[in-house]
Amino acid sequence: MVFAIALIILIIGSVAFHFLSPWYLTPLASNWDTIDYTIDITFWVTGIVFVAINGFLAWCVYKYRYKEGRKADYEPENKKLEVWLTAITAVGVAAMLAPGLFVWGQFVQVPEDAWEMEVVGQQWHWTYRFPGADGQLGAASPEFMSEDNPFGINPDDPAGQDDKLIYDPVVHIPSGKPMHALLRAKDVLHNFTVPQFRVKMDLVPGLVTYVWLTPTVNGTYDILCEELCGVGHYTMRGRITVEDQADFDVWLAQQPTFADTQAELPGDPIAGQASYAVCAACHGFQGEGNVAMNGPKLTGQSAWYLERQLKAYKRGHRGTHAQDTYGQQMAPMVATLIDEQSINNVVAYIRSLPDEPPQHTVQGDVANGAELAEGCVVCHGDAGEGRHYTNAPRYAGMSDWYLVRQLKNFQSGVRGTHPEDKYGEQMGFMSKQLYGDDAINDVVAYINTL
Amino acid sequence: MAYVAIADQDEPLHDPQSFIEKYIWSQDHKVIAIQYGITAIGVGLVALVLSGLMRLQLGFPDQFSFIDPSSYYQFITMHGMIMVIYLLTALFLGGFGNYLIPLMLGTRDMVFPYMNMLSFWAYFLSVIILLASFFVPAGPTGAGWTLYPPQAILPGTPGVDWGIILMLASLAVFIVAFTMGGLNYITTALQARCRGMTLMRMPLSVWGIISATVLGLLAFPALLVSAIMMLLDKLIGTSFFMPALINLGETLEYNGGSPVLFQHLFWFFGHPEVYIVALPAFGIVSDLLSTHARKNIFGYRMMVWAIVAIGGLSFVVWAHHMYVSGMHPYFGFFFATTTLIIAVPTAIKVYNWVLTLWRGNIRLTTPMLFAIGFIFTFINGGLTGLFLGNVTVDLPLSDTYFVVAHFHMVMGVSPILVLFGAIYHWYPKMTGRLMDETLGKWHFWITFVGAYSVYYPMHYLGFLGLPRRYYAMGGAEFMPESAQSLNAGISVAALTLGVAQLIFLYNAIVSLKKGKPAGHNPWEATTLEWQTPDTPPHHGNWGDKLPVVHRWAYDYSVPGVEQDYIPQNVPRGENEQSGQT
Repeated sequence: MVFAIALIILIIGSVAFHFLSPWYLTPLASNWDTIDYTIDITFWVTGIVFVAINGFLAWCVYKYRYKEGRKADYEPENKKLEVWLTAITAVGVAAMLAPGLFVWGQFVQVPEDAWEMEVVGQQWHWTYRFPGADGQLGAASPEFMSEDNPFGINPDDPAGQDDKLIYDPVVHIPSGKPMHALLRAKDVLHNFTVPQFRVKMDLVPGLVTYVWLTPTVNGTYDILCEELCGVGHYTMRGRITVEDQADFDVWLAQQPTFADTQAELPGDPIAGQASYAVCAACHGFQGEGNVAMNGPKLTGQSAWYLERQLKAYKRGHRGTHAQDTYGQQMAPMVATLIDEQSINNVVAYIRSLPDEPPQHTVQGDVANGAELAEGCVVCHGDAGEGRHYTNAPRYAGMSDWYLVRQLKNFQSGVRGTHPEDKYGEQMGFMSKQLYGDDAINDVVAYINTL
Repeated sequence: MAYVAIADQDEPLHDPQSFIEKYIWSQDHKVIAIQYGITAIGVGLVALVLSGLMRLQLGFPDQFSFIDPSSYYQFITMHGMIMVIYLLTALFLGGFGNYLIPLMLGTRDMVFPYMNMLSFWAYFLSVIILLASFFVPAGPTGAGWTLYPPQAILPGTPGVDWGIILMLASLAVFIVAFTMGGLNYITTALQARCRGMTLMRMPLSVWGIISATVLGLLAFPALLVSAIMMLLDKLIGTSFFMPALINLGETLEYNGGSPVLFQHLFWFFGHPEVYIVALPAFGIVSDLLSTHARKNIFGYRMMVWAIVAIGGLSFVVWAHHMYVSGMHPYFGFFFATTTLIIAVPTAIKVYNWVLTLWRGNIRLTTPMLFAIGFIFTFINGGLTGLFLGNVTVDLPLSDTYFVVAHFHMVMGVSPILVLFGAIYHWYPKMTGRLMDETLGKWHFWITFVGAYSVYYPMHYLGFLGLPRRYYAMGGAEFMPESAQSLNAGISVAALTLGVAQLIFLYNAIVSLKKGKPAGHNPWEATTLEWQTPDTPPHHGNWGDKLPVVHRWAYDYSVPGVEQDYIPQNVPRGENEQSGQT
């Protein structure tokens, strides 16, 4: 009796949970409503079966519970019943399979008028490439990959010269047009997923895979990696903005082509020296840093990182958080660098300054710090030297008090929570591995020994 | 009539005297079964603790400094591999296979007792190698239990120096162990059955176990070769699974291999593996249901053919694990079709279990509670399989919590409910004493309701789009705050469920000495293992005379006969109106 009631409660509870719980498919933002319909059909068929069989089970448990002296029926087989049940099951299965295969037929056929783009995955970032005016993506291969050519585009392929490169996890696409996304991985398996689009596909090194969809609802969505790709898997996030074609065109026009990135002039340290005068007030004339002015050491930091941060300040992706007092001071300073070239120049000047080891100001348990740092070195390099591939800056031999402050900022969300700052978000995840101020001091004390 | 001379050897094959021969280097299938069982449950407890740690992290992120991303990925990897291979496969086949095949078929032992002993010790060695990886530098591999290359053997994944090598080595040794055991089970079942035990009179437990063994013998080699190939990729730089690639900024020497090839090999093993676990569960639960409902299993022949059909089909559905792997998308049509076809024989089995209860006389003993609980969770887990097997529906759900919920319900919770039922059911034969019924019922209710409340809501996190194998969800706009609350709730249920298993351990240990004496056939069952002259059965099982079988395994409540069961070794009576032979 109790068992039968328990089964009934579980059946009713399951059905009620399905209809009442707030957790269900996210609102659709692509053409794949057919997938949602197939799910609906599957739910109806399986839901009916679930209630019917379990209901019958509960009834049997109640009705045929043990009674002294009652004898069970002796019925080894019932051909007719078995044939009927088999036939009905086959019909139910066909009712689910047929729409499933039909929609899969649409999924494997990319529409003729689809436009192409490329999504490139790596540990643990997304980057993107759009064809230029020729409508063609240039050939790419791991053999061409380097810090200057992270997409591995063949420099001799004319089709690649005008490709637009988005070396950032944040991307835009136009709405209402079928998009054929070619998927490529540099290192290990990844999976390109936007829950609102419904479709997903793995990125496989050595292969080009694809997925197609028509975005239908303007908005900004999360991109997730859904194939385990190493220890940073859960931080491999991106953002995709679906917008009208006109807005998209404006955005795309601002992005550099492959030729632009290859032709980029090295910064001019002489020109940069003049701009640096503003910086010197806080960061020191030799870029050595000044704790009293809250200006960290700059020398020795890699150029790509300095450039990225200056641009982030300029675009308001950093230094805009209400509690980021020091970051807010930095923002107006960056305004004195009027364009990308002046940023490159000042960075070139900083790179020309001597890299003197800074004063140590942080004390902690070095042995414990070394253990904690095992989580850092995967991206930042074994000696904390920084690694361009993982977009992780150098921390060895930099201002220790600044590292402590930034780790706390990442933890508290003062830094790394701007929606466009996906690298910062990643560091936010990682900084949470340090539990308490002591842990932060320990890891920085260890960094001081490098 | 399948009658083979080997079955009639009356003298024991060997005669152990010392403690070591009897209990350590034992060649007695019953002792080996218990060795397998204890080892499997022991290593399973490790995996249970790992799952508790995972749930702590998922339910309450940023609270526990001892669970960092590396260790989290190591936990999920070891949890998965241990549960699937070293617990479920070993306990069903090495444990129950060893115990039940000779007893249910009326033989004195396995036909190759020495190899049977080697099988256990090789398995034990594989467990030691696996657990050793917790103690090597950088710990066990964190590549996920699927061990997908290139990630599994490249820096950026935890345990890439030692852990992955030990994992692959342990799997290779396990497969050797399984092969020695498996050949034994098949040969014994085919060659050594007692007089009268035709194939179509075998209890479904045996059908399930030997079908699973055949699957294992055909499927494990695929895992063995992929483990060896990956070891070669890792150790001497071959490129079986490795294309040209960059690793954390460095260009590696690999070239020309295919990561998708590994997935094909892995799942060519991995999907049959699901049925290696499920078929013994199907068989055993059929016998539990029939015995405790006092009614013959409904549609025995259909049940046998369904087991065989499912086993056969399980070899042509593997790529349904790979719909979004980047394999040629046209494969989707084929594998979705075969996958949904497998639902038909599986559904027949479910119908027949329920129809076995229909018009029965159901004794709700502890084993029966677990058996009926299995039907419920298996229906749920089977139906969600129709979502994932249908290629289109798999697109949004693949790699989300829906998958985690589905496979735990169907090949975690369901077979484990059967295992518990089986232990409560055969414990009296193994020890001569019954386990405590009150504790057993508490154990059942907490396990059944607990497991359902862990995994049922989890499907909906998957619909929402929460990816599996995420150490922390962080902020994503489509995830409402309530999703984290649900995750916390699931963790509370899961931890309760885990701790409740202590009831079972306590019961199993205390009942050894204090349990009610069981007698030789406490459930009034028909199958041969309950008809042994001694309980627990002595070495050689049958005393002087081997049993002779006169009927099928399911003569319960036969019309015209007073007693509501007739053991298989009882000759046909004059008043019997049974149509079965």
